[in-house]
Amino acid sequence: MSPLTIAPSPAVVSPRTGVRWVPVIGLEVHCQLATRTKLFCACAVDFGAPPNTLTCPVCTAQPGALPVLNGEALELALRAALALGCAVQPTSKFDRKHYFYCDLPKGYQISQYDRPYCTGGGLLLSNGKFVRLTRIHMEEDAGKAIHDRGDATLVDLNRAGVPLIESVTEADMASAAEAVEYLTALKEILRYAGVSECDMEKGELRCDVNISVHPEGEPWRTKVELKNLNSFRFVEAAIGVEVARQIEGYESGDARLVPVQETRLYDPERNTTRTMRSKESAHDYRYFAEPDLPAVSVAPSVIERLRSCIPELPAARRARYVSALGLAAQDAAVLSAERAVAEFFEAAARLSEKPKEAANWITNDVLRNFGDAELGVRSVDEMALRPYDLAELIRLVDEGAVNVAGARKVLRVLMKSGGRARELVKTLGLAQVQDTAQLEAWCRAALVGKEKIVADVRAGKTQALNALLGPVMKASGGTADPKLVQEILLKLVQNG
Amino acid sequence: MTTSDLDTVRQMAELARLKLDEAEARAYAGQFARILEHFRTLERLPVEGVEPLSGAAGLCDVTRADAPRPGLSTEAALANAPDRREAFYGVPKTIGAAE
Amino acid sequence: MKPYAELDATALAAEHAAGARRVTDTTEAALAALARLEPRLNAFLVVLADRARARAAELERERAAGATPGALHGVPVALKANMCLAGVEANCGSRILAGYKPPYTATFVQRLLDAGAVVIGMTNMDEFAMGSSSENSAFGPTHNPWDLARTPGGSSSGSAAAVASGIVPLALGSDTGGSVRQPAALCNLAGFKPTYGRVSRYGLVAFGSSLDQVSPFARSVRDLELALSVIAGHDERDSTSLPEPAPIPEHDGARLDGLRVGVPKEYFPEVLSGGVRRASEAALATLRGLGAELVPVALPHTELAIPTYYVVATAEASSNLARYDGVRYGARSAGDGSLQGMYAATRAAAFGAEVKRRILLGTYVLSAGYYDAWYGRALKVRTLLRRDFEQAFEQVDVLAGPTSPTAAFRLGEKAGDPVAMYLSDILTVPVSLAGLPAVSVPCGFVDEDGTRLPIGLQLAGPARADARVLRVARCFESATDFARQRAPLFA
Repeated sequence: MSPLTIAPSPAVVSPRTGVRWVPVIGLEVHCQLATRTKLFCACAVDFGAPPNTLTCPVCTAQPGALPVLNGEALELALRAALALGCAVQPTSKFDRKHYFYCDLPKGYQISQYDRPYCTGGGLLLSNGKFVRLTRIHMEEDAGKAIHDRGDATLVDLNRAGVPLIESVTEADMASAAEAVEYLTALKEILRYAGVSECDMEKGELRCDVNISVHPEGEPWRTKVELKNLNSFRFVEAAIGVEVARQIEGYESGDARLVPVQETRLYDPERNTTRTMRSKESAHDYRYFAEPDLPAVSVAPSVIERLRSCIPELPAARRARYVSALGLAAQDAAVLSAERAVAEFFEAAARLSEKPKEAANWITNDVLRNFGDAELGVRSVDEMALRPYDLAELIRLVDEGAVNVAGARKVLRVLMKSGGRARELVKTLGLAQVQDTAQLEAWCRAALVGKEKIVADVRAGKTQALNALLGPVMKASGGTADPKLVQEILLKLVQNG
Repeated sequence: MTTSDLDTVRQMAELARLKLDEAEARAYAGQFARILEHFRTLERLPVEGVEPLSGAAGLCDVTRADAPRPGLSTEAALANAPDRREAFYGVPKTIGAAE
Repeated sequence: MKPYAELDATALAAEHAAGARRVTDTTEAALAALARLEPRLNAFLVVLADRARARAAELERERAAGATPGALHGVPVALKANMCLAGVEANCGSRILAGYKPPYTATFVQRLLDAGAVVIGMTNMDEFAMGSSSENSAFGPTHNPWDLARTPGGSSSGSAAAVASGIVPLALGSDTGGSVRQPAALCNLAGFKPTYGRVSRYGLVAFGSSLDQVSPFARSVRDLELALSVIAGHDERDSTSLPEPAPIPEHDGARLDGLRVGVPKEYFPEVLSGGVRRASEAALATLRGLGAELVPVALPHTELAIPTYYVVATAEASSNLARYDGVRYGARSAGDGSLQGMYAATRAAAFGAEVKRRILLGTYVLSAGYYDAWYGRALKVRTLLRRDFEQAFEQVDVLAGPTSPTAAFRLGEKAGDPVAMYLSDILTVPVSLAGLPAVSVPCGFVDEDGTRLPIGLQLAGPARADARVLRVARCFESATDFARQRAPLFA
């Protein structure tokens, strides 16, 4: 997984007119907080549950029901704010946002309007651009309306009331690549801080894009909102087609095609955006302070406690791996991408005192093995391998007790079912053979009938010996010390 | 009652999802005007620097633990539904956009 | 043995607990009284005969098995139809909730049940608690036991009539701008609105969230104290409930020496009827006779209380009633077949005129462009109103004045004029806006066309001084004879 590189100039040059158009992009990201229960009631949160099995009087808006704020949701929201460098407001409040829809039981959403719990903050992209956050606020999710099953729309309120934070950036991004990098970094940070799993397939991370274009050097133009972007790929594609659509609209000379302020949906099948079928009138949400909920205040001591609970975030870790442990930037990026992997790596590096080798084993073998369906181990949490075992394996290879091929086999067993590396080398018959007499025997056997190779080697093409390595390894059951084998083969050929 | 009162009532009825016939709209518009006239006394009072009082309780920071509690069974939740469709609430078919 | 209706709840519970009276007998008698009087009162929307009988029998069995009787053991009570008791229709006086049975029980109702009360029915009310007479109920008005041609007041009309007619000694109502105090005054009852947050609102169908309080009716102040001790106290399901237990009644004797009673001149406006003025002034004299010092005070922003209240209450109501959309419960009309059309048709068909009027007003004061001028401003005026009270309470311990500008009016007299109806709340609304505790107790009668009609005295105190306010009321009650007077239509 390589870090994204951003093209130097974000301007899109129109092939028709040669005009340099600059996209202006802002993101609104909804992220589901990793709590056990909903924001204002004690119903469990569970993505796959059967319809309408996780509801109560509060989240079904029965007459007389009242909201009570989930303290853990507030904590996670605060952690997100601290991890993103935001200023936590000493007091904030909830507001009612009114609109009528079948997935919104109360006819209003409890959200935060003019006093969100934090403001400011942002993320640094790899091209040096800092994308500013305007604010983050807490709000409850709506239920789910299903339109494609039968002659009625079906409503499931399991999701109604699930805790969300909505983060809004300034319109600081200028390309699809920047937007995707921002989202990737945001997701990484929120996962690291334990705020959310951000699994887009489960709807735990949802993104709306606000996008306009203008000729370089001119004032900004009409903003269009894009919705229904269910993956980073869609975000990238949608921005691309929308930018093209807007530019074409302005350059076409046809007044009907000029972009208007509206909400559009991305259609992944046609790779286009289209107008959402909704009213043109602006929403009047009739916000007012939620009378059923007291204000939220956050004491400085609470902020300090939470700050100390946030683990070292990916960017800082990456920098440390490169500067203190001497890893290559690429490896540092791979290892720091997931907190569980990073922590495993750090422990293995510390125990083996060989950070580069630990890094190699993890990036080349452990992570690759996660993709092996036959092995059936998909993550650090699922594997039986412990940092100590990897450190021991590294030591065994360095000692010569097992060769790399053998060590790879041991690693697979360790990942699947655990054990002691040293024992496994023995029980699997992988002990590296370094006994010169035995190695000579195998080498002699391999040289039989290979006069052509012998002649080539004697003529100076030593690499011809590589063809014999395979048979020797096979004869030895993979346990021959490959370096010694090469030395012995050369000696035998040269000495006749 | 002026036409703008009537327009206002129609707009508010739309926002509040209340279908009013012409006679009703006129009746409410007339009352609106008189009621708001009475309420204009609020405008006379200087309120700069006064904090709004939203709730009388004066409480702060009321939260609960993140522990699940059993809620309503699907049966109980749907018992009052005007159009129940198995485990769902049924409503007129929509294309799929809020408001 | 005395007929049950002559006892107040305190005495009745004591007799039941001592075994001197059988709970099942009381329940039967109450149901019989209901059956007899209800055709003329229209106080009840739902009668729970079977449930009440079963509960009465259960209470007797439990007591026989040695269980400790609760504070309201066997007392028949009535609940306003905007209170949730699982499985029992709570239609809030509206067609939009006709047939709606909540799937849960309100905290304060559960506390009543746990204390041994026997709920015999759900009472009539102005639709969604919007009104002062029950004429806004979708199920017909309730009649005042003192004069059946007149209103018992509202919006807790049925609960007031049920107690005033002796069917039950105790009933719960809800008070948002006076909806328990005003009916108490019009029906010769004691009615108490606690400090905001004193009683949990979980399970009380919301009208004005920052104003609503569950409020009891009784024929004695000690019954109010008993009811409060049962239902009040912190509830984790209501984030606005005060973080303390129910207040303990004060017992400092029958006199009020040293008590400073504030008399706001704004509470004796021109519109007070002669009879109300005389009765109130006599009541003040009684307080003085008990040793209290009467202190004139000013509450200069009082005239803004009605517009402030109606802006705030209609805004909150328009929001709280958005959930009545025909999706999950209640009535539904198809309209044009679209979702939004269904909403508009459902709400148009099933909401009454007053409810629609307040929803329209509330939507207006919250809508973009008008918020700062109306709602935003009203919240600031509310602060000023509260300050008026805080300043007054620096000089006095309680405030006193009439509860209602007039005695009970005839059904139909005010129905055509919403503004007139709003203005009659002038005496009760300020205290609601400030969230303060206030009680209405009987303080006299007026004669209108040969009919004797009750007048009520309102006593209000600073926030959380519930016990003080009730003690003063109890002393006043002991020193007078008004509360013992019975309505002509009585069980």
